[in-house]
Amino acid sequence: MTVIDVVMLAVAVLGGASAILVVVSRNVVHAALYLVVALISVAGTFLLLGAEFLAWTQVLVYVGAVIVLILFGLMLTRAPLGPMPQDNDHTRLAAALSVALFGFLAVLIMQAFGDTALPLSVTPTAAIGEILYVHWAFPFMVLGFFLTVALVGAIVLARREEGEGPEPLFDAEMDSERPTPAPTDVSTTPGVTSPSQEIRT
Amino acid sequence: MTESLLALDNVWLALLLKVAAIVGFFLVAPLVIGYIEHKGLAHMQARLGPMEAAFHGIGQLPADGIKFIQKEDIIPANADKWVFSLAPGVALVPAMVILAVIPLGPGLWAEDLDTGVFFALAVSSVSVIGILMAAWSSASKYSLMGGIRAAAQLIAYELPLVLGAAAVVLQAGTMSLVGIVEAQNDFRILGVVPMWFVLPQALGFLLFFVASLAELSRPPFDMPIADSELIFGHMTEYTGLRYAFFMLAEYAGIVVLSALAVVLFLGGWYPLPGVGLPSFDVLFLPGEVVAALAGFAVTMGKIVALAFVMIWFRATFPRLREDQLQRISWLAFIPLAILNIVVVAVFKVVA
Repeated sequence: MTVIDVVMLAVAVLGGASAILVVVSRNVVHAALYLVVALISVAGTFLLLGAEFLAWTQVLVYVGAVIVLILFGLMLTRAPLGPMPQDNDHTRLAAALSVALFGFLAVLIMQAFGDTALPLSVTPTAAIGEILYVHWAFPFMVLGFFLTVALVGAIVLARREEGEGPEPLFDAEMDSERPTPAPTDVSTTPGVTSPSQEIRT
Repeated sequence: MTESLLALDNVWLALLLKVAAIVGFFLVAPLVIGYIEHKGLAHMQARLGPMEAAFHGIGQLPADGIKFIQKEDIIPANADKWVFSLAPGVALVPAMVILAVIPLGPGLWAEDLDTGVFFALAVSSVSVIGILMAAWSSASKYSLMGGIRAAAQLIAYELPLVLGAAAVVLQAGTMSLVGIVEAQNDFRILGVVPMWFVLPQALGFLLFFVASLAELSRPPFDMPIADSELIFGHMTEYTGLRYAFFMLAEYAGIVVLSALAVVLFLGGWYPLPGVGLPSFDVLFLPGEVVAALAGFAVTMGKIVALAFVMIWFRATFPRLREDQLQRISWLAFIPLAILNIVVVAVFKVVA
């Protein structure tokens, strides 16, 4: 075993252990924090495989944005300290399903790439850029378009569920004294419809 | 990729020296900025500031550090002890890791990564997790509200910061921080007048600088720790050394983001646009080392100047409201940053 094998093994054990802790942890914030460790381990694996750009993307997008949004959402809604009551009866089914899926994927990947030796040199970022924006430019743009559609759709759906129409356009002034529309009033009072809702229906 | 001055034949010795240099810089530079803040704010408010500890209070911050070490380390009874204890470290480490890629002079960097800017911005986005950990685990409503404000603010200003840096990457044609400094030295307006990126990227620089103020929760963007509303935000329940770690993280953040602004927009270690560093032998020092030392002095001068502007802002502007802050970012800064990228891209293709 070389040094890199040992480091790889350590990162894999760390990532696997924290991934298990994500699902067995009795506190939802702890689960999110274990997820941070799991995702950083994935970034570490990318780094050890020479995919430097992918590793930093993993850190920026998953650790820096997704986890922050998860924690933010938890703290805005409910995130009590200490263990939380179990409110899910399907843990055994979930465990069986995930073990089966893990085994299936592991066998599949080993069958497909088991003999392939990876070159452990750092992939230059320029090469990734060329592949993405020259060879695969059209699929890349289509994918970007789909993601934008999904984003807009998610916002529209979320606002419709809450019974909120899109807000009237802001006036350009930053420090306007305009009273901010209180969303709770609109969503909790049935019968009160904002003008924009009528337009949509 | 250019080699660091510390690239020795012995890999482990080089690594040790680099880590020692980074930790040393990390422990000294924030204290310098902190002292400038103490004295700068004091003189702007017609006070003297610290005067007792050594010459003109220059020993004030080391004395404060010793005081923090002696203080009792209190963990609130209802707090989540592990998360509470780990949070200052999580907030502190990213700032130290970023220093590894920042060039402070010719040859004065630990690692010239191919993806330098990207690495720095990715790692800096991790520190907010430390703030959220502290906010949640303190079992205090002030901490929690401060943490939520901090998270909302960091999400909002991450985009203008990254997009501002992306425009520079576009113009320089490289993500390596050393490469960006060299690209600025080679840049000529209309092919004649040497200029740093601060002029062609004036909008980007403004966005980057203001967004970094917001990322650091510095006034006028210090709602997460607004003392009149939230006591001290996520740091409310902290004492002693852990509190000192949070303060160190804040000032290290000032150093790191000022250094990034210097490298991206203000020409890095070059004293003037188009002017190089002295690289002749002085006494027993070879030219390389002379240039590195001069470059370090120039970079530090620029970092201190930017940090001084941040302190000046603190003494000048009142705190914004939470909704104003959010609206500035989403309705003004992010569209402007995207516009900036579009303009830079058009010029890059045309020129």
